[in-house]
Amino acid sequence: MVTENPEYLLEALHVVKVFGTLRANDDVTLRVKPGEIHAFLGENGAGKSTLVKMIYGALQPTSGEFRWKGKSVNVGNPAAARKLGIGMVFQHFSLFEALTVAENIALAMPGDFDMAKLSEKIARVSKEYGLPLEPTAIVADLSVGERQRIEIVRCLLQEPRLLIMDEPTAVLTPQEADQLFVVLNRLSREGCAVLYISHRLEEVKRICHNATILRHGKVVANVDPTLETAASLARLMVGADIHVVHTVREQSEGAARLKLDNLNLPADGPFVVELKNISLEVKAGEVIAIAGVAGNGQSELFDAISGERPLARDAMISFDGRPSGRLGVNARRNVGAAFVPEERLGHGAVPGFKLSENVVLTRHSSDRSLVKMGMLQSGGATVVSERVIKAFDVRKGKPDPEARALSGGNLQKFVIGRELDRKPGILVVNQPTWGVDAGASATIRQAIIDLSRDGSAVLVISQDLDEIYEVADRIAVISRGQLSETYRANEISLQQIGLLMAGAHEVKEARHAATA
Amino acid sequence: MQDHGELLSIILTIITASTPLLLAAIGELVVERSGVLNLGVEGMMAVGAVCGFGTALIFGPYVGIFAAIAAGVLLSLLFAFLTLSLVSNQVATGLALTLLGLGISGLIGVGYVGQPGAKLAHIYIPLLSDIPWLGPIFFGQDVLVYFSLALTAAVGYVLFRTKLGLVIRAVGDSHQSAHALGYGVIPVRYACVAFGGGCAGLAGGYLSMAYTPQWVENMTAGRGWIALALVVFASWLPKRVAIGAYLFGMVSILGLAVQTKGLGIPSQLLTSLPYIVTIVALVIISGNRALTRANTPACLGQPFVPDR
Amino acid sequence: MRLLLEKRSEHSHTMVYLSPVIAIGLTLVTGAIIFAFDGLNPLEALYVYFLEPLKYLWTFAPDDLWSLEQLAVKAAPLALIGAGLSVSYLANVWNIGAEGQLTAGAIFGSAIPVMFPEWQSPLTLVLMLVFGVLGGMAWASIPAFLKNRFGASEILTSLMLVYVAGLLLDWLVRGPWRDPGGHNFPQTIAFSDWQLLPSFDGTLHIGTLFAVIAAAALTVLMGRSLKGFEIRVLGASPRAGRFAGFSRKGAVWFCFMLSGGLAGLAGISEVMSTVGQLQPSISPGYGFTAIIVAFLGRLNPIGALVAALALAISYLGGEAAQVSLQISDKIAKVFQGILLFYILACDSMILYRPRLIFNRAPAAVPAE
Repeated sequence: MVTENPEYLLEALHVVKVFGTLRANDDVTLRVKPGEIHAFLGENGAGKSTLVKMIYGALQPTSGEFRWKGKSVNVGNPAAARKLGIGMVFQHFSLFEALTVAENIALAMPGDFDMAKLSEKIARVSKEYGLPLEPTAIVADLSVGERQRIEIVRCLLQEPRLLIMDEPTAVLTPQEADQLFVVLNRLSREGCAVLYISHRLEEVKRICHNATILRHGKVVANVDPTLETAASLARLMVGADIHVVHTVREQSEGAARLKLDNLNLPADGPFVVELKNISLEVKAGEVIAIAGVAGNGQSELFDAISGERPLARDAMISFDGRPSGRLGVNARRNVGAAFVPEERLGHGAVPGFKLSENVVLTRHSSDRSLVKMGMLQSGGATVVSERVIKAFDVRKGKPDPEARALSGGNLQKFVIGRELDRKPGILVVNQPTWGVDAGASATIRQAIIDLSRDGSAVLVISQDLDEIYEVADRIAVISRGQLSETYRANEISLQQIGLLMAGAHEVKEARHAATA
Repeated sequence: MQDHGELLSIILTIITASTPLLLAAIGELVVERSGVLNLGVEGMMAVGAVCGFGTALIFGPYVGIFAAIAAGVLLSLLFAFLTLSLVSNQVATGLALTLLGLGISGLIGVGYVGQPGAKLAHIYIPLLSDIPWLGPIFFGQDVLVYFSLALTAAVGYVLFRTKLGLVIRAVGDSHQSAHALGYGVIPVRYACVAFGGGCAGLAGGYLSMAYTPQWVENMTAGRGWIALALVVFASWLPKRVAIGAYLFGMVSILGLAVQTKGLGIPSQLLTSLPYIVTIVALVIISGNRALTRANTPACLGQPFVPDR
Repeated sequence: MRLLLEKRSEHSHTMVYLSPVIAIGLTLVTGAIIFAFDGLNPLEALYVYFLEPLKYLWTFAPDDLWSLEQLAVKAAPLALIGAGLSVSYLANVWNIGAEGQLTAGAIFGSAIPVMFPEWQSPLTLVLMLVFGVLGGMAWASIPAFLKNRFGASEILTSLMLVYVAGLLLDWLVRGPWRDPGGHNFPQTIAFSDWQLLPSFDGTLHIGTLFAVIAAAALTVLMGRSLKGFEIRVLGASPRAGRFAGFSRKGAVWFCFMLSGGLAGLAGISEVMSTVGQLQPSISPGYGFTAIIVAFLGRLNPIGALVAALALAISYLGGEAAQVSLQISDKIAKVFQGILLFYILACDSMILYRPRLIFNRAPAAVPAE
């Protein structure tokens, strides 16, 4: 019994999902019409991923109802969702690195498979949609953009009626995102609905027909995004006007505090990017941001600057004029540098250690109050920890919790605060606000700018172009282990950055040709 | 002529010495391909050996084979419950399994020490087994020698040519992705661990019913650990496991053969040869990153807790 | 019905200490069941096995003191090795070849009395102990080197070396080091008193003190020093350890040298007290039992000291059970294995809260 032409393809009605004490979804209602591109908006942690995982059968709701074409359904697992005609492209891809493209796709197909036939079909469909794929390629060798194509083609092969996309453009260059929008528009015209999760308001305004906005697990609005402004959407998402970071962009003429001079670092493993001839000067009082698509050498560059992977020659990197390429991470900290890595848990902090112990992690060699004669001074660590917690308003359940007990935003504030508390002359931060809520992001970005205005040199590595424009005085782009020239933030457009991200070094070469 | 006879008997002994290594290693290969590291092979082999031996005394070796398999499966399920359902540390739990298995086998085996055991008969195919040299080698072995080779081929086929094998490899490569696609990571791993346990039990049973039909405490003598090393040595490929098992069988038997010649080499040195060769093999293979990294299951030994 | 694990936001400190207690309780229950199957009165058997060795604690009869001393003597090598292994396992360095390092320590240390049987000096004792430690370290240096240089699994290499060390000892006592006047028995000459550890009253020797000192020193090292912090960080999170400027390879060396040295000390101490000479078998598997000691003791050196006493009971009880209950002393190893299983199972409650879920609604999709 199927209702004739139901108005809605998918309805989520009064859905509640409770994790422990957290109500991740609280009476959420969402309706998607056939063929529409429906935006699902909300901050990090608002509960968007939780709802779509339930739609896809990967999680079960605590209460509430799902309807598919007007009929109540109970989606027990992803295979059942795929059978209904629901496909999903995950934010953190659900791919298998050691397997081939065809094998990855076969795993999402029902029943047994004929590899030859499937490969042929993959090649055909992927080409037809402008998402070319080589079926025999191993995923580990592919770029982020190509990996997303696998996810999309994997869904398309099952001729879905609803395609869920979780933050798809977060890992793409602006140009790759444009290509994606072409595919989505075509799918929409073919009658396939798209549930598009994002917090990028401009693109939502551009491609979506409808938008449901989630805040703290509750639906706060259902609007037509084309009639809204980015600012009005943002206000709905955050619940208040976002505190705008105030930056004074004055010409910086300070001394070069961090200098990279033809920095080279060979790949030390199969999936590692080689760094090639990277040169950069960060002056006192300025913030330089390095943009780029994930996996283009950002973490390698961070490791090289922090000294986690020492360099071949001292001259490749200088802190305040001191060549330091072969120094280890602590020696670099001792000359006034500070580092904040991308991964908070397991890199910037030990998950099972208390905050006061995590203070010792990066400050044991530079801070005399923490270690005396090889013995830990727990009193000293507690003092520092409490100072950081107070200065950065780190919210926590008990006086000295384990790092893993903190939310992402609060831990990030702690990890950055731990370094800023030292008043470092040079600060290098990789993805400062990745996965952090708007409030914490604003605090962190403001702190970074304030530090530079006090005369420190700050290098920010980020994939978030909004963030880059917000904090940077100058911008450079990393692509395949090479760094572009730097441009003043007000002199480079989003389109130019996009070209550089895609690896178009012609821009740079053209400039050289012009000046020659 | 006598020399020829001796050489032939050495070759035949090499085959019987290699078979338990191959059985245990091919089972562990499947376990590790699914992302689980079970260090308890030695313990499961020991219990398989003693259960097989005891059962064979009463019901004959063919029933003994099944008793050995059942013992290995039971122990491995204990390991699976701890590591998969209770998410205990796989290294520690594997060690516990070895200690427990050796203990249990010692206790059960108290009454069996010194008893003559039931030996698994060789199958002689008429006419073919009469061919000089080739006959006894290819057509005169016991049933488990053929089975171990067939099993290796079957594991190779299933792992790389079927959906089931693809799922096993996928679970070992990324349990998060496999879970997101709706595959039951835990059930797949339970099944693989049980398979490995059955193989290890069978390998132990082979020792006490075919290789040396008797029960001696600690008769596994580190073969379970050598099997674990073999899987690494073979970089998780079934074909190479077979080659490796026969290489190791050769080394241990050649040591024994030299010993009987009485060349004045201390017997202890020759007995320690398989262990030393294992270390050398591990060093050679581990030094070659390209070879090991490519096939190492990415989730090997990683705990997995599905979110609900 | 199925079992669900709910992740706790932090370690449960209660469970850290409760888990071994529950595990011991479950082991006793299992023991009672095994005894009952053997046709014994379970309570009586449990008493003989687990409580009789401790009788002195409530009888204060001088005759019962002996078994308590035996307990300490058996616990000493377990505690020494267990403390070293605790540090290693905390660092995620899996030295499981302590039995081999114990043997190597015994061999190295015994070289002095075997080669210079007449050399009598206060230094003899010290040098033997030092050689024992160095022997254990030397044997442990092989897996450490192979791990750091080639990435070879230390689990497998250290374990293989147990067999090699055993065979080396076997060769020595049957070959070059055999006592010429020993009627062809495979053993070295018996050590003289100046080559034996001084004892307090015949049974209890100063080797037991080494265990106490090692536990105290390592507790300070792990809890208070930067080195201990380094080991804990590298074990919990290697990437964070590198970010802190700590060296993984350094930790591998440190752990193997420490645990190997302590195992070597345990080995030479055994030879210089209980055994009194080298022979093919010098340890009832102390090196392996110490693995259980480390886990039961919460990977904490003082904990290892307590756990060593608990496991020493399983050895003594095994002997007592063989005499008065006529059951094989091999049951000791079974109890030890069961105990480790229970600890590991209970330990999952440190990080997770277990929930049993009954009859969950079947997941279904209505047919269209």
